[in-house]
Amino acid sequence: MEKLKKITSNHLFLPLFALCLLLVFNAFATPGFFTIEFQNGQLFGRIIDILNRASILVILSMGMTFVIATGGIDISQGSVIAISGAVCCYLIGGNGDGTANMPLPVACLVAVLVCAVCGVWNGFLVSKLKIQPMVATLILMTAGRGIAMLITEGQNITVYYKPFTYIGGSLPGSPLPTTIYIAAIMVLFVVFIQKKTSVGLFVQAVGINSNAARRTGLKVSAIIFMVYVFSGVCAGIAGLMESSMIAAADPNNAGLNMEMDAILSVALGGTLLSGGKFYVGGSIIGAITIQTMTTTLYALGVSSEQLPVYKALVVILICLLQSEKFKNILEKRAVEKAVKQG
Amino acid sequence: MKNLTGIKNRIVGSRYFSFGITLTLFVVLYAVGMMNYRGFLKPQVFCNLLIDNAALIIATIGITFVLLIGGIDISIGSVVALTCMTSAKLLAETGMPALLVILLVLVMGCVFGLIQGWLITEFNMQPFIVTLAGQFFARGMTAIISRDTIVIEDPLYTSLASARIYILPGGFISVGVIIALAALVIGTLVLKFTRFGRNIYALGGNETSAQLMGLPTKRTKISAYVVCGFCSALAGVVYSLIMLSGYPLHAVSMEMDAIASSVIGGTLMTGGVAFLPGTLLGVMIQGIIQTFITFQGTLSAWWTRIIIALLLCLFIVIQAIVSRSRQRLNSEH
Repeated sequence: MEKLKKITSNHLFLPLFALCLLLVFNAFATPGFFTIEFQNGQLFGRIIDILNRASILVILSMGMTFVIATGGIDISQGSVIAISGAVCCYLIGGNGDGTANMPLPVACLVAVLVCAVCGVWNGFLVSKLKIQPMVATLILMTAGRGIAMLITEGQNITVYYKPFTYIGGSLPGSPLPTTIYIAAIMVLFVVFIQKKTSVGLFVQAVGINSNAARRTGLKVSAIIFMVYVFSGVCAGIAGLMESSMIAAADPNNAGLNMEMDAILSVALGGTLLSGGKFYVGGSIIGAITIQTMTTTLYALGVSSEQLPVYKALVVILICLLQSEKFKNILEKRAVEKAVKQG
Repeated sequence: MKNLTGIKNRIVGSRYFSFGITLTLFVVLYAVGMMNYRGFLKPQVFCNLLIDNAALIIATIGITFVLLIGGIDISIGSVVALTCMTSAKLLAETGMPALLVILLVLVMGCVFGLIQGWLITEFNMQPFIVTLAGQFFARGMTAIISRDTIVIEDPLYTSLASARIYILPGGFISVGVIIALAALVIGTLVLKFTRFGRNIYALGGNETSAQLMGLPTKRTKISAYVVCGFCSALAGVVYSLIMLSGYPLHAVSMEMDAIASSVIGGTLMTGGVAFLPGTLLGVMIQGIIQTFITFQGTLSAWWTRIIIALLLCLFIVIQAIVSRSRQRLNSEH
């Protein structure tokens, strides 16, 4: 009993449990869910598909995790994704003959840098002007798609330059989609930062009590600033992947509501939205779980417009399970039951 | 010199300073419009500002109640869409009388707000995440009811939608505007003169002190979300009068427009400070910017978003200055 409690109280329990539940469900409900085929030197299958789509969410949710850990929130990620795609596609250009105006690495780098600047703007508002994170990022959320439109001059730019599709697709000769590699590199980077530096600890300290953190000598505003810049960079990379998948810049729809999914992944991963202790591993599994759920529901014939209802129920369920009061009620019930049984 | 800064602090820290800035901005924008475009001289242009934004005005009133207690509600746009869709479906398929349908959807809005408020206060959940779930839920339900447009052909709706009420020579308003203005007046009076209104201000100012004073904080908080849910549904009714249809993508991100209007109108996002007539001006300023862009003709619609974001930014910075002056004013006494 003690052991069981120890397992269930682990922060990774909830997302892993949900993921296992979904996988078991799929094993029965979706025929051929686990089959992976090897064709033309590439792996195909639903699992690969899920991981491919989830990579975007994993990267976004890592950025979001740090922001939420400081007690903030970044609702501009979706708009920044649109900006990233717009910048990259604009620099490469929609040449019909399949040539690029600018080398791909340069275009990608510039796009990510522009998104880092977006993050700088958010970070400046939150850490220097002391504006509430929600309002501060609301500004870029409102303006972001307009800015993306400004860059693409109000049109969707379709890119015919073949190597651009490698980012969201797969490199010639590689069995797995590139997105998975990029996500893996980002995960390793974050793990490295967490294990080898004290950045994670600092972020946590700021989230638990920023005043106390300041008094112990932490540069609170610098930490908050960096967190938003990182979130911007993550959104930038995610934006490259997203626009590469459709080989176009779509300022109106790229990354629409993605920030909400990222927040959801973080919450599912066990990080409290009020800040403080955070679990990057939880967020990553949370992101994969959310994507699995989306794919499962699609497979069951739920349309993309109806999907939010199920997501809403999951959100409420997660929050209820995290809420102290709900836990107390459950525990009381358990105790009463035990007493009755003698 | 010290006296001068004292006066400055007193003006800047005044309760109506923010309102003053918004009003000035509105008048200046309108004057600039009159000078540049002859169309602005027509009274109907002013009335159209109200007609086009009637639903947004009501939504802004609702969000202001929630912002006042330091909360947030991002489910508004979806609830508007759900209201339109539900009324369209009920009218098209059940033959229920229109008035009963309106009553039903209003009750639905209240219940929606009640559930959100209950979850937030009872389980100490984050308002952002709960209303995010509400947003998902309402938007998804709208699509479950129907993924295609349902047209409203009810005679009461169509006659209300086409009714013109002349208030100026050459300027008429719609029924929706009357509802919106009535809601504004009632909202202002409730906040100013009722116990509930004063509780809301007290709660937003400082929740702990409000609790220590023995105010019913929990009940007040839930009520604020109920008011917001009701306003969303009412905005939905007015919106369905404009659109005469239900469609899953109606009023997408209206909540963000409402929050922006409220902030431009002088509401403090941290709670405790708001003046409803100011929020009306916040909506009107957004309307003017849209009118400008329409009259200008060569600028695209997305400039509206950028300009609104800039305005939002400006007002948030002003708020930071205001609250600093107010702190100085308090420390002088």
